[in-house]
Amino acid sequence: MPNLTRRSFGLLAGAGVASLAMPFYARAQGKPRAVVIGGGAGGATAARYIAKDSGGDIDVTLIEANPTYTTCFFSNLYLGGYRTFESITHSYDKLASNYGITVINGMAMMVDRDAKVVVMADGSKVPYDRLIVSPGIDLIYDSVPGYSAEAAEIMPHSWKAGAQTQLLKAKLDALENGQNVVMVAPPNPYRCPPGPYERVSMFAHVFKEKGFTDSKIIIIDPKEKFSKQALFQEGWAKYYPGMVEWYGPDVHGGLVKVDPATGEVETDLDTFKGDLVNVIPAQKAGMIAEKAGLTNETGFCPIDPASMRSKADDTVFVIGDACIAGDMPKSGFSANSQAKVAAMAIRGDLTGSRVFPAKYSNTCWSLIETNDGVKVGAQYAPTEEKIASTSTFISQTGEDAALRQQTYEESVGWYNGITADIFGS
Amino acid sequence: MRLQIYTQAIWRPRVPSSNRVRSSFPQTTRALIFAGLTAIGALTSGSTFAGDIQQGEKLYKACKACHQIGEGARNGVGPHLDGLFGRVAGSIDGFKYSNAMKAKGEDGLVWDEASLDQYLAKPRAFVPGTRMSYLGMKKPEDRTAIIAYLKAQSVAAPSVDPTAAAPARAEIGSAAMQIEGDAEYGEYLSSECVTCHQLSGHADGIPSIVGWPNEAFIRALFEYKSNIRTNQVMQNMTLNLGNEEIAALAAYFGSLDPK
Ligand SMILES: Cc1cc2nc3c(=O)[nH]c(=O)nc-3n(C[C@H](O)[C@H](O)[C@H](O)COP(=O)(O)OP(=O)(O)OC[C@H]3O[C@@H](n4cnc5c(N)ncnc54)[C@H](O)[C@@H]3O)c2cc1C
Repeated sequence: MPNLTRRSFGLLAGAGVASLAMPFYARAQGKPRAVVIGGGAGGATAARYIAKDSGGDIDVTLIEANPTYTTCFFSNLYLGGYRTFESITHSYDKLASNYGITVINGMAMMVDRDAKVVVMADGSKVPYDRLIVSPGIDLIYDSVPGYSAEAAEIMPHSWKAGAQTQLLKAKLDALENGQNVVMVAPPNPYRCPPGPYERVSMFAHVFKEKGFTDSKIIIIDPKEKFSKQALFQEGWAKYYPGMVEWYGPDVHGGLVKVDPATGEVETDLDTFKGDLVNVIPAQKAGMIAEKAGLTNETGFCPIDPASMRSKADDTVFVIGDACIAGDMPKSGFSANSQAKVAAMAIRGDLTGSRVFPAKYSNTCWSLIETNDGVKVGAQYAPTEEKIASTSTFISQTGEDAALRQQTYEESVGWYNGITADIFGS
Repeated sequence: MRLQIYTQAIWRPRVPSSNRVRSSFPQTTRALIFAGLTAIGALTSGSTFAGDIQQGEKLYKACKACHQIGEGARNGVGPHLDGLFGRVAGSIDGFKYSNAMKAKGEDGLVWDEASLDQYLAKPRAFVPGTRMSYLGMKKPEDRTAIIAYLKAQSVAAPSVDPTAAAPARAEIGSAAMQIEGDAEYGEYLSSECVTCHQLSGHADGIPSIVGWPNEAFIRALFEYKSNIRTNQVMQNMTLNLGNEEIAALAAYFGSLDPK
């Protein structure tokens, strides 16, 4: 790649602080332009809020690679048979028709931050005054020896929703009693901390429904503990006794490799054979973030906790899974929350509108078995060095069935609420 | 007068409505009409239908936070329930109904035992898009009981203007109630709420919060803040909200019309 998108970090940080003090106001010729890369939980929300709240004073463009968006959230419920694929797939039509957003269907290949233009795969250029980058994650395939983009056709990751999710569902539905699933769980940090374990619950639910008493689900985890662990383990023992086996690193001793040809997952301790293997590798910010020179050595993007502004460039904001959001987990709820802070800051920059202090929140619901939902959540505020949690909560073990059902119903309401908030209504 | 209304309600032919599921109907309806008749007999003959009504009173606790009933009842988060039997759905002037409920009324839905029985069983199935954040009452005998209680309590017509503001009283959140909420600030703060609570006012699994009376809104948030109401998400959300913020949110959401 040409060097024009990369600039030295130190130099930039200095430049950033200097120009932060001078707000940017509407250009003489035409409206100021906000461009968003990535039409997911973060990007589509940001585009909608800028357009909606600026009442037409800012020209908003959303660049998205895919014609429709399938949510990762509730994709596990699709695997479990609770949702159709259509019900978790959303169109960009309302963003264009009801909010006047220009939706460009195409891949952004790089960002020339000096010229303030996004360069598309077809060579076309999209100029911006403020840029939001919300590309989600890319998978680091070789973090799991033996795994690759090609291997994912046999051992799906399904950690980006779409064809991968459908592939995993087809493979799950084709299993017979006595056949086993092996999941290779991801290392931190990854999107949706409880996601792998909710998915395991959905695998088990499908087995139970079909009366598969001889099938097992084995989890090879690089982590010593995981999100909502006590809640999941209580639920697995209650609903799926003997079906789920979780192995942390102190037991399996480390992952050696996976073999797509044989379905084997080799660890220091033993080799596990899966009739279906779900490999969820390590993750980093979507490639455009790195190409734009917004990432650091962690593979994710440092931001200013009070505004979501990139530490590398004060005209660029990074939100969602791609950013380093301190105590906030990588979730759709978090991305949506961060998007609103960034949208407000951009309106402040471009039109001088009021900027209120940033507030963030997150709640992640998970389904363990029909009508048994659990949740974990927190509120956050910016400090000097990070977005810090100010209060947290989590469902308790041993809660009664009515409360768990209410929690599940709440998650369905949340899904309808957040998708209306992201894609408009 | 009372008796007349009751009889009318019971014998009024069922309103044709595409949403009615006939297959789940006959058994319970017949039982209900019978129970209803018995109840009328009991009421007019001076004795009471004690078992049911007492059970109904207990069950009514779930409704009380939003609905007032009996003399002087006013609209709150939900419409008052006086004169309910024989009332056209969505017809109280000045109450912010969902479009769905208003449409039902225009289609001819009238509240009587049969229609209430269906609505209470699963409100969101019977009136999709209703603002009422109630999941439903599964047991037919519970529904019979609460309907009997509602009947016993509901007077034919409200005795005061139900849209008039309630007199001020010393209560939780009263400091915030004194503040004139800044709706613009509320709109900004609302972005945290609308991740779950739909601006359209639709309630599915998450309560509808648009178009509430100011005081009811403020009271509810303070009840979460002080752990009188228990929902972990809401307790957490309200933790850092001060009077100014709560008043602003109440002003903003109160100014919206449900769809
Ligand atoms: C199984 C699973 C379950 C989950 N469950 C939940 C849940 O219950 N609750 C919850 O809150 N979160 C959940 N999540 C997490 C949630 O999906 C993500 O955190 C969220 O989608 C992040 O939003 P984002 O905007 O950062 O990225 P995304 O939503 O992934 O959006 C990124 C978008 O950018 C596009 N894009 C990327 N690069 C480019 C480019 N160069 N040019 C053009 N377009 C580009 C992509 O096509 C994509 O549409 C779950 C995740 C998984 C995998």
